[in-house]
Amino acid sequence: MTAQQQSNGTTATPAESAGTRTVRFRIKRQDGPGKPVRWETFNVPVQASSAGSGSANVISCLQWIAANPKTTEGKDSTPVVFDCGCLEEVCGACTMVINGKVRQACSCLMDDYAPNDGDEVMLEPMSKFPVVRDLFVDRRRLFDTLKRVKAWVPIDGTYDLGAGPNETPDDQQDRYRLSTCMSCGCCLEACPQYTLEDDEAKWATSFAGAAVISQVQYFNDHRTGATLKKKRLDEMSKPGGVSDCGNAQNCVQVCPKEIPLTESIGKVGRAVTFHNIRKFFSGS
Amino acid sequence: MSMPSQQQRVIVVGGGLAGLAATIRICESGLPVDLFSLVPVKRSHSVCAQGGINACNEIARQQGYSEYEHFDETVYGGDFLQHQPPVYEMAHMAPRIIDLLDRMGVPFNRTAEGQRDLRLFGGSLYKRTHFAGATTGQQLIYALDEQVRRFESEERVTKWEFWEFLRPIIGDDGRCVGIVAQDMRTMQTRAFRADAVVMATGGCGIVFGKSTNSVMCNGAAASRCYQLGARYGNGEFIQVHPTAIPGADKLRLMSESARGEGGRVWVPGMRNEDGSWGPHPDSARDPRQVPDDERYYFLEEKYPAYGNIVPRDIATREIFQVCMDGLGVGGGNMVYLDLSFKDSEELERKLGGIMEIYRKFAGEDPCEVPMKIFPGVHYSMGGLWTQYQPKDDLRGMEPDSPINMMTNIPGLYAFGEVNYQFHGANRLGANALLSCIFDGLFSGVGVVNHVRNHSGQPASGMSQSVFDSAVKAEEDKIADLTNRSGGENPYVIAKELGEEMTAASTVVKSGPRLEQALGTLGELRDRFGRISLSDGAVWTNQNLSWTRAVGDMIALADVILRGGLERRESRGSHFRTDHPERNDADFLRTTVATYDSGSGQARIEYEPVEIGLVEPRARTYGRVESEESEEKQEQTV
Ligand SMILES: Cc1cc2nc3c(=O)[nH]c(=O)nc-3n(C[C@H](O)[C@H](O)[C@H](O)COP(=O)(O)OP(=O)(O)OC[C@H]3O[C@@H](n4cnc5c(N)ncnc54)[C@H](O)[C@@H]3O)c2cc1C
Ligand code: SF4
Ligand code: SF4
Ligand code: FES
Repeated sequence: MTAQQQSNGTTATPAESAGTRTVRFRIKRQDGPGKPVRWETFNVPVQASSAGSGSANVISCLQWIAANPKTTEGKDSTPVVFDCGCLEEVCGACTMVINGKVRQACSCLMDDYAPNDGDEVMLEPMSKFPVVRDLFVDRRRLFDTLKRVKAWVPIDGTYDLGAGPNETPDDQQDRYRLSTCMSCGCCLEACPQYTLEDDEAKWATSFAGAAVISQVQYFNDHRTGATLKKKRLDEMSKPGGVSDCGNAQNCVQVCPKEIPLTESIGKVGRAVTFHNIRKFFSGS
Repeated sequence: MSMPSQQQRVIVVGGGLAGLAATIRICESGLPVDLFSLVPVKRSHSVCAQGGINACNEIARQQGYSEYEHFDETVYGGDFLQHQPPVYEMAHMAPRIIDLLDRMGVPFNRTAEGQRDLRLFGGSLYKRTHFAGATTGQQLIYALDEQVRRFESEERVTKWEFWEFLRPIIGDDGRCVGIVAQDMRTMQTRAFRADAVVMATGGCGIVFGKSTNSVMCNGAAASRCYQLGARYGNGEFIQVHPTAIPGADKLRLMSESARGEGGRVWVPGMRNEDGSWGPHPDSARDPRQVPDDERYYFLEEKYPAYGNIVPRDIATREIFQVCMDGLGVGGGNMVYLDLSFKDSEELERKLGGIMEIYRKFAGEDPCEVPMKIFPGVHYSMGGLWTQYQPKDDLRGMEPDSPINMMTNIPGLYAFGEVNYQFHGANRLGANALLSCIFDGLFSGVGVVNHVRNHSGQPASGMSQSVFDSAVKAEEDKIADLTNRSGGENPYVIAKELGEEMTAASTVVKSGPRLEQALGTLGELRDRFGRISLSDGAVWTNQNLSWTRAVGDMIALADVILRGGLERRESRGSHFRTDHPERNDADFLRTTVATYDSGSGQARIEYEPVEIGLVEPRARTYGRVESEESEEKQEQTV
């Protein structure tokens, strides 16, 4: 063989080369629900980035810790539990609170967050969802709420019934922006109205949150999707619906997909108002 | 006939496009589904797909394209290694699949008139790829996820997310009657009964360490079936994508759509007297300063007809070769993929998703400067071996047959990337999403027919002992892993495995190098016997799950290496320096691997390929030096 076939995995090793710096990770840990919280620190060697390897990120550092679970005090520890998938900010799995701000861990580059030797990075799980272990949280409530608002297009089945409705490129672009929501939870973590709810029975009446309200708008905007519009607006009129939003606008600032959440909330809010006036006059 | 239908259930393992499409089809027919996934299905690896999904449509048709052309391109692109009837069926169903996705609300890009827009993709001279920005996979999986959520709210689907599949359960009569799975939060291990099990667990890129795949794509689920008797087909065929950006934790793909939309691949160079190209003395300088006559557009020069959109195996080898010849950017392993000359507003609308990835992870704007890219492991053409029932004239498959995409274990199916069908020795871009959804929708019918018509005892009525002993076997395995204490680190073993697999078995291979890799693999297997877990917790133990998967990756690596060693020819993605030609006489055959539990190694056999519709021809894509020989070959067939 004449040469290595790839720019091979070089980062997960503590290389002694001159281009290596140490990043100190302070991580909030918890062995399970109801277990005590503790903080641990790990020194992670990070290679200077090059065109051949790219920058280290929080995930590559957590992977390094998994392979070398020893704290800065030299104490044997365990790999930090965390959630991840795509590693390119499209699956939404790796959301956590980094240096106090909610974001995806995979797109959090060490070149930006810890450019110098000895820099510290602090990792915490999201606070609005129950912790399963360490940085891994349970976001079922988000998916459950999508069920409640019937976040789907009610097709007649997979039969061969021809194409869907045509739409203009502008309408497509509007829908596309909303459909990139990856259920990551950033907007919920940042929202003052969205609070931790451990009790599954209460999810049905707890605030739906910006992500779900925006999905209501997305489906109401589709010609076939709109056949469930009234049911969705009924849901949005109940406790936990759109009127729970205090218009703080935190959500739109943290959405990694730059989804126009406050615009969606405004549209759904107005639609709910019309819907209820109409219902009032029709007496239903 | 069997028990009343509420007693009959189907298990689908995997909630990517293939698993979701299967779930929808099976539910629609009235059978309840238990859907298992390591991650919430909405986060499955299919979200990563960027470029698009192929199908003939009216506009393409009126420009001379057809379903038959799509079929022929796929077979030619795959270097004739795939069975042709399933490919024929897939290409012909493709337009209806797009219609269905459209009805589900997928925001496909539109033309000015509001029709679904099309883009050019590798291996075709026609625009026939449908797309939703550059996040097509994400948009498609969301549409299917939403339909499954609808069934879930009607209690026709039960989701088991964060549950890991550990093994299929095989009854006394050899049929698959359920699975063993483990809850990755509580660590509870238990058996689930079903009259059919569909594996839709995706690819195995993680066997190569870093790849373009998501972290779950380690092939362990397929490997577990293989180790219990399922055959594995064409394992040595691994697609290395030409254009990825290297990263510390993964190789991030820059979709082929970048080239489909006009992106050009080049390196700085100096043209020699004889017209050939040599390295440029200052090839690391700012690419924007490089004058046009010092840019070597090597794909366009070598393949005038297809240019930058030659199929992946060819583009990958050319990029690799250019870098080996010292022509890479700055003399390293890197070439330019250039979109900077294009209109940035259009780029945003059609390629926004990948432009964003490049900006985020490489820190530069592809609208301004050419991107730096290098090939990366991407897709597995090989997978669990499956059967199908061809139509008498070979033009497609019998739609109702329970045999379609069933493994050699009755009742155990393989759909999507984990299925070895459709793509032969090389997959064409934008055909994977199609094959995943096609499997679910088309062969889902066969699954239902198997459940309703098989002659054996229904799983719900079988004695508990079969299920108990399967759970016991997995519990013993967990205990064994937990009790090992030799001090070897599973993460280090996996890293070394990935490095060796990448070095020995990707773009170019050779007999001696593959033998050496098998030697290394043997050592890694031994060391795996001496691993120590670093986490003994009985709650959400990812360390255990990963370690268990490493063992399964080693078994699969053996299939990939051994298949590559025995295949003494070059075909599609499989290129042997010591056997550089395609050899139809000996190797126009499916590689079938079966597991030998004594040695932990694969036994390789070969099986004929159904080529009754299109006669194999030379595959050159009009490469300049070889055009003549191709024409000659074509006349002889
Ligand atoms: C970056 C990238 C871009 C791509 N772009 C395109 C494109 O533009 N066009 C195209 O046609 N193809 C593309 N592909 C290929 C295509 O995305 C994949 O082949 C396809 O999505 C695979 O889908 P799947 O349903 O088979 O599996 P996946 O989507 O990988 O899903 C696998 C499922 O199985 C589950 N699973 C796995 N193991 C277990 C286990 N042990 N227990 C329980 N559950 C398990 C997972 O949780 C997941 O739900 C791309 C691939 C990559 C990597
Ligand atoms: S605007 Fe509403 S949803 Fe958004 S952060 Fe504020 S309260 Fe929450
Ligand atoms: S709206 Fe944005 S922040 Fe909220 S879940 Fe969706 S992608 Fe995440
Ligand atoms: S791992 Fe998918 S968003 Fe970070």
